[in-house]
Amino acid sequence: MPEKENVMKIQLRFFASIREALNLSQETLELPASIATVGELRTFLRTRGPVWAEVLAEGRSLRMAFNQELANADTALAESGEVAFFPPVTGG
Amino acid sequence: MTMPIRVQAEDFDFAAELAQLRLSNPKIGAVVSFLGTVRDLSDGSAVAQMELEHYPGMTEKALSAIIDQAKQRWEIFDALVIHRIGPLLPLDQIVLVAVSSAHRGDAFAACEYIIDYLKTEAPFWKKEHTEQGARWVDARSTDDEALAKWEQDALPLPMRESKK
Repeated sequence: MPEKENVMKIQLRFFASIREALNLSQETLELPASIATVGELRTFLRTRGPVWAEVLAEGRSLRMAFNQELANADTALAESGEVAFFPPVTGG
Repeated sequence: MTMPIRVQAEDFDFAAELAQLRLSNPKIGAVVSFLGTVRDLSDGSAVAQMELEHYPGMTEKALSAIIDQAKQRWEIFDALVIHRIGPLLPLDQIVLVAVSSAHRGDAFAACEYIIDYLKTEAPFWKKEHTEQGARWVDARSTDDEALAKWEQDALPLPMRESKK
């Protein structure tokens, strides 16, 4: 049997206004091997539809985390990692 | 020493928390605390209720990193952070930051540093319920500006290292 194309399993989390706009708090996703960074994942998710395109738009004020640490577009993804998208924080 | 970081729905006893921190070590000569509470007015609208959401796991990691950085920068014994989540009403306590040290200077600076970074890097979000409906609170530019005074220092900042 030929080897299957390499897929990476990622846990997605959404919080606050992002969670509400997408009506989704989390999901597990299998990514094609061509997606290697948090920024590429964000671009990929925008293709899911108009709401996704708007919520994850490039100019939008948005924070990203990988494995529960703040990340940027260049942060590398890893198997079974957790990626979160959320608005700037407002605690305290 | 109890857990220095607590994220909880329940209220906390401000005086009891400070007493416990203060009495834990006879070398302590100063305790500085910051208590954040719910205001009934925000951007001109009456706030009937507030809801606080957070990112379980990352919140504790972020707060722990901020406290570690404060401990590296100043001579402090302990730092305590309690942050509430869930529904809150005007006058309710939201957050307590308390720091103990031998002298006041380190305690004042460390306490202000911790709350400044909590407000910009710990994953908490506020939603206000007003007469006009519910709305997510926008991040304030003054909170980012508050960090400027700490960034003049050459030391690495919490969470910033991982952003490279």
